[in-house]
Amino acid sequence: MGAPMTRIQTNSRVINWIEDRLPIFSFLNAHTGGYYAPKNFNLWYYFGSLALLVLVNQILTGIFLTMNYKPSAAEAFASVEYIMRDVEWGWLIRYMHSTGASLFFVVVYLHMFRGMMYGSYKKPRELVWILGMLIFLALMAEAFMGYVLPWGNMSFWGAKVIISLFGTIPWIGESLVEWIMGDYLPADATLNRFFALHVIALPLVLLFLVVLHLAALHEVGSNNPDGVEIKAKKGADGKPLDGIPFHPYYTVKDIFGTGFFLMIAAFIIFYAPTFGGWFLEHDNYIPANNLATPSHIKPVWYFTPFYAILRMVPSLFGTAIWGVLAMFGSIALLFFLPWIDAGKVKSVRYRGLGYKIALGLFAVSFIMLAAVGAGVVGELIPEWFGTHVDATAIENLFGRFWTIIYFGFFVFLWFYSRGMEKTKPVPERVTTHD
Amino acid sequence: MTKPTIVSVGKTMLMKFAIALTMGLAVLGPVQASEGGALQSANVSLDDVASMQRGAKLYFNYCSGCHSLQYLRYSRIAEDLKLDRKDVEANLIFTGAKFGEPALSHMPADDATKWFGKAPPDLSLEARSKGADWIYSYLKSFYIDPSRPLGWNNTVFENASMPNALWELQGLQTAVRKAGVKEGEGAIERLEVSTPGRQDAAAFDRTVRDITAFLEYAAEPAALKRESMGVWVLLYLALFTLLAYFLKHEFWKDVH
Amino acid sequence: MANDAVVDKGRRRFLTATTAVVGGAGAAVAAVPFIKSWEPSAKAKSAGAPVLADISKIEAGQKVTFAWRGLPVFVVNRTKAQLDALPGEDTHLRDPKSDNTAQQPEYAKNEWRSIKPEWLVMVAICTHLGCVPDFYPEIKPEPFDPNWKGGFYCPCHKSRYDIAGRVFDGVPAPANMPIPPYHFVDDTHILIGVDPGKEVA
Repeated sequence: MGAPMTRIQTNSRVINWIEDRLPIFSFLNAHTGGYYAPKNFNLWYYFGSLALLVLVNQILTGIFLTMNYKPSAAEAFASVEYIMRDVEWGWLIRYMHSTGASLFFVVVYLHMFRGMMYGSYKKPRELVWILGMLIFLALMAEAFMGYVLPWGNMSFWGAKVIISLFGTIPWIGESLVEWIMGDYLPADATLNRFFALHVIALPLVLLFLVVLHLAALHEVGSNNPDGVEIKAKKGADGKPLDGIPFHPYYTVKDIFGTGFFLMIAAFIIFYAPTFGGWFLEHDNYIPANNLATPSHIKPVWYFTPFYAILRMVPSLFGTAIWGVLAMFGSIALLFFLPWIDAGKVKSVRYRGLGYKIALGLFAVSFIMLAAVGAGVVGELIPEWFGTHVDATAIENLFGRFWTIIYFGFFVFLWFYSRGMEKTKPVPERVTTHD
Repeated sequence: MTKPTIVSVGKTMLMKFAIALTMGLAVLGPVQASEGGALQSANVSLDDVASMQRGAKLYFNYCSGCHSLQYLRYSRIAEDLKLDRKDVEANLIFTGAKFGEPALSHMPADDATKWFGKAPPDLSLEARSKGADWIYSYLKSFYIDPSRPLGWNNTVFENASMPNALWELQGLQTAVRKAGVKEGEGAIERLEVSTPGRQDAAAFDRTVRDITAFLEYAAEPAALKRESMGVWVLLYLALFTLLAYFLKHEFWKDVH
Repeated sequence: MANDAVVDKGRRRFLTATTAVVGGAGAAVAAVPFIKSWEPSAKAKSAGAPVLADISKIEAGQKVTFAWRGLPVFVVNRTKAQLDALPGEDTHLRDPKSDNTAQQPEYAKNEWRSIKPEWLVMVAICTHLGCVPDFYPEIKPEPFDPNWKGGFYCPCHKSRYDIAGRVFDGVPAPANMPIPPYHFVDDTHILIGVDPGKEVA
């Protein structure tokens, strides 16, 4: 909690010898048994530790996948099937990795939403939030490049479409696209460099950012569902009255959460590894073919909300850059959340009704945009309204409505938190815990 | 075959749940390439080894001349489908390939392109990209169409290059069109067997189902192991989670 | 925080230990697939499958090399003179009775180190540092040994072996050259890689 690290007391001469030279045990203690976390964490507070668990899973399984994967356009697809069939247990390692990728985004989205609900991005935790957003950005890049590696037809066309986004940048766009691909289409060079970035560069960046994210968190201390600063009320021993040592209380709690989460993950890995085509897509079992676009081209589910925003914004003045700007803007706005939201109260529990509704609508817009981006809406329209309607027009109307809601949240929050909001009194101490 | 145990019942329930979930997701989800309307349910099961064995024999008799299974080794088929080596060498290997080698077709790609307009695709992953229902429906939906180069067309995959490899079994199907619609103008109402083959409709359905089951297996041989061991992993994790719950509960008695 | 009065320390210790043991066991089992993924894959196993060697064309005194699991396997049709010379070599060999069981299967632990006396089937890898020895079949003085009775000579570090692959005393190589599992399918075919009476896996 930002307090100076206290030296651990031990009679072990070995530990004391090490501690004199490198206080590693004191450091570990300061961030576990010595770290006081609010005692009222609820279900939403599992997702941080679960994200870390998935990160470890991705690194471990990823290392073993690289042992048999071949980063070349000619061999990549076959090497993945080699892993799935010829390598002992290769199928399990790959499914752990592919399922882990999707679950990573599940827990990260829930983790981010938790931060929004309880105002965890607000002072003094702005940097924790920004570092988290940087992790999210790095994770998106990491996932995108990983998705390209099997070199199936969705990998190829996904790479082509996403890289083409950079082509909309005025003046430099076209040469930038060529530079990213190292060719005139996604090719061997592209795959090879994406492999290098996916297995070395981005994981290093991710790990570095995760360390900073945790360091910043432990400096300012964790927020909680009541949005109460537990450091404000300390006992005679100088410990927060509403705080409990992370270890053992939250370690045992997170172990329980881990067990529960692993059951869900194992169920998917063993009984639904493609998750009905959501986690591993059908068209990606066809090798990359630069002459035939899959009939339903769209990114993996975790990118679909942003992809929908891209699609919903029309070209204007002869350039398609507006959609690209809107898409990147939808992520960039989240970075500025600590300053867009001027509300004095952190937790949604004590915020005005307007905020509650707005946050709910924001969550719904995210899900609706995901459905639009995944093409689900486009498919359901003919089913619901018959084939005589203009499905594209309805989909656009629907998608644009929710795009406006998405961006509207931030606009609303700016004005609402600067005047209209009627908050409830925040209690001095945390209210509930289990 | 075996008596249902708690584990096998659990496994069946998990499988049912997984299938329901997958179908639910598939309905909402990214569509599999399904040109040409509604598909019939293949209704195949990886638990039915006999069906997959029959399917393997049918596949190697009727399909392997043109199509490869480049990612599937004969030895793997023997191991997974409980066939012995001699059986596989006598009944499945027609190319002189070694037992440990993958099931490659001997048809040269250039000739194939000349004959069919397009080289016959490898079928190792057909069931993963197109789905079992598609394969099942496709194989049943060939009909005579003199306008096509080889005289065959297909309602599931229009203008497919492939002729009906199973016509001896199924017989010849012709398209029955809506009244007043001329041939070649779409709107096929149904297909009708005009010249019977060696099998009646029910027997042919089984034939196609067996081939589909084999291709479903071929697309992911690991599925057999995956589905049989998953229940143990889940049971273990349930035990661990329960213990962790007690542990958490015990420690949190301190927190008031 | 902890109110020691109400804490059941025994129960707490028991649950901690049980969860740790169950979790540790799970982690250990979870490590197995990762460790096993390093074993030869189906592809490697297929490439390393037993090799059927046709020996009908190998004349007496001749050697033919077959590749099995990427290793050179010498199949030598030994002459009567070469076989007769074997007992005389015993005195200057390191392991004349082939007592080192790692170097040959039980059925090749005999004077000729083979199933049929005339047919030597041997992995021709020098047991010193892994070079492939040269075949000097003739019973005549050689530059490296005036009393040469036929055998194998390693060009790398001058290790000598007799015509049964038994290593000489006083050379760098420590052991006889290994005999792989093999059996006769019929009089003219040897299956290298499979013991006699074993079904092919």
